[in-house]
Amino acid sequence: MSDATKPGDAPSLPTFTLDGHDVPFTPDQTILQAAMAAGHYIPHLCFHPEFKPHGSCKVCTVKVDGRTMASCTTQARAGAEIESSSDEVRDLRRNLVQFLFTEGNHFCPSCEQSGDCKLQAVAYELGMTSSHFTQMFPDRPVDASHPDVLLDFNRCILCELCVRASAEVDGKDVFALSGRGIKKHLIVNAESGRLADTRLAVEDKAMSVCPVGVILRKRRGFRVPIGQRTYDARPISEVAVDQYRRATRGDE
Amino acid sequence: MTFVLEKAAAPAGLRRIVIDPVSRVEGHGKVTILLDADNRVHQVRLHIVEFRGFERFIQGRPYWEVPVMVQRLCGICPVSHHLAASKALDLVVGAKKLTRTAEKCRRLMHYGQILQSHALHFYHLASPDLLFGFDAPVAKRNVVGVIAEHPELATQGVLLRKFGQEVIRITAGKRVHGTGAIPGGVNKSVTHAERDELLPQMPQILAWARGAVRIAVDLHRAHQEEYDGFGYVRSNLLSLVGKNGDLDLYDGTLRARDADGGILFDGVDSQNYRAHLKEDVRSWSYMKFPFIGSLGADLGWYKVGPLARIQNCDRIPTPLAEEARQEFLARSPGKLVHAPLAYHTARMIELLHAAEVIDGLLRDDDLHGDDLVAKGPRQIQGVGIIEAPRGTLIHHYEVDSQDLVTMCNLIVSTTHNNQAMNEAIREVARKYLDGKEPTEGLLNHVEVAIRAFDPCLSCATHALGKMPLVVELRSADGALVEEIVRE
Repeated sequence: MSDATKPGDAPSLPTFTLDGHDVPFTPDQTILQAAMAAGHYIPHLCFHPEFKPHGSCKVCTVKVDGRTMASCTTQARAGAEIESSSDEVRDLRRNLVQFLFTEGNHFCPSCEQSGDCKLQAVAYELGMTSSHFTQMFPDRPVDASHPDVLLDFNRCILCELCVRASAEVDGKDVFALSGRGIKKHLIVNAESGRLADTRLAVEDKAMSVCPVGVILRKRRGFRVPIGQRTYDARPISEVAVDQYRRATRGDE
Repeated sequence: MTFVLEKAAAPAGLRRIVIDPVSRVEGHGKVTILLDADNRVHQVRLHIVEFRGFERFIQGRPYWEVPVMVQRLCGICPVSHHLAASKALDLVVGAKKLTRTAEKCRRLMHYGQILQSHALHFYHLASPDLLFGFDAPVAKRNVVGVIAEHPELATQGVLLRKFGQEVIRITAGKRVHGTGAIPGGVNKSVTHAERDELLPQMPQILAWARGAVRIAVDLHRAHQEEYDGFGYVRSNLLSLVGKNGDLDLYDGTLRARDADGGILFDGVDSQNYRAHLKEDVRSWSYMKFPFIGSLGADLGWYKVGPLARIQNCDRIPTPLAEEARQEFLARSPGKLVHAPLAYHTARMIELLHAAEVIDGLLRDDDLHGDDLVAKGPRQIQGVGIIEAPRGTLIHHYEVDSQDLVTMCNLIVSTTHNNQAMNEAIREVARKYLDGKEPTEGLLNHVEVAIRAFDPCLSCATHALGKMPLVVELRSADGALVEEIVRE
């Protein structure tokens, strides 16, 4: 029996190994989903348990039988040997996260998402101590036109979770990405280009999926004291597994 | 008008001595002195040489981010900026009056800050000069020398500061750059367990604070004549004054006195500061020169900080500090004290006051309430004034209908003392340097005068800096004659 299965689990589930641990999976699961379900955290940013895997940030990269793959979009395969916490893989992920930090304007010291931000938490998880690469300092004015929502584009990592949530859950198509390559950026669906002229409402799913600090409820910043924020007491490796299990239990 | 020794009549051919940067102060500044061939002093200036730009880059940011962002101006007194910004934004969110819990938690945070900053300055930055002498060997005249010869004092300094930092951690979430205050209130109150961490330490803290006043008084009295005249600079005084003329470092109205103690203005609401205070600029410094508008730039400059505050108020509302204040005032009945070195005693009287206030607040159950945030009709601007460790700190913001900051004006404590510090070092140069070959020890006298004001040059200019000292002695043709480097 694998170390992640319990008595009573169907004994016939196939398994792969993740850093030497047997991980069972069901046929519909990707490597990331199976690993998270079994309690093994693989860092990720654009993946969200309630949405179809997207594979854009690549932070969940692992080595599958020696080949680098995005674990969120790679189907689990019986007998595969997967490497997730080796120095090589962690270095690769850390570089990807450093690129994200240098492409945008991520100033954690004054950011209201500090302590609740997945990008920050993943950077801590990967032992990132500096941005390493040259900061690009793009000029990205905020959109404060909406009475209750602020868009701070400085922090966008182009994960498209808001795009997916608005389209698939809210049915509003409020967000989209525009441009290509380094010029790719988040836009809103209004002729004026202003959030106030879209159909976004604070109850929308798109309001709650941003892994960083782009989509913000106005006038809420810093209401949660230090010590009570998402990642103050526990690292993202524990928090994310719990969140995944809650989201996939199907009882919420 | 140009002040005496501000500008040499004929600078060409004079040799220039530079103290760069000034050490054992917060931030980065330098002093230049122009001497002729006979070492007569012709010009003395304290320059702030670097520039930051908080007033500009806070524009376009959401207002609720401001108290957390602007505190990054400083690593020593971030709480002061955090609270001054929060006070300004209280008005923007219409919270004219905070809940009792919010106000008391903020006061606790602020007096913790006063305690730690004053302890840091006296024990670690200023005490080497006072204990060993202004021209003591440089190898000894530093905090390591204090630890070696007066280990009990160095330890008290560390532990007093630690206590203040713990007060800040409990109220702000972190010892440095926390988030406790938000527009309209606070994001947490103090738990009983947190209070129980602090309260048992109070008898020791109060005892050390009383001892600190005694040390400052004794050091001054041991050199009474020299200290009273050192860098002597008469000026007006400015500070907030609380209800009934009480010393209040968190809130109040503005009061200014002339150099003889006469009231220039009183009861001025924070929101009207611009009607009374103006700012001048000089080409040779990034630090502005504020002055009382009605008196003009030549006569309207003033001192802020502990020496101004304890003489500007009518009384200190805690008994031990008031007793110390009365003793301080009794030394020159009916006359204001203007000696910069008297700042040290005044600062320790405030440290004692801060300890007494913290002791009182920790016994107040309002600290533990859960009514944390107030609000009211939204306003487009707000001014927050607080008495930071170094003096009156003014934050002024305008916020548009989309909640973004459109204007920010900061007048930082040290900036108010700009002219006074320049005048003090000119007086020192006249008395100690004029006609003499400048030595490191003599040049340190200039720094001693600056340190008395406990300037935070990084706050004042919004500049970052390191703390080594390089003194260059150049001949009239500009060639380097001698260089003294302090790592």
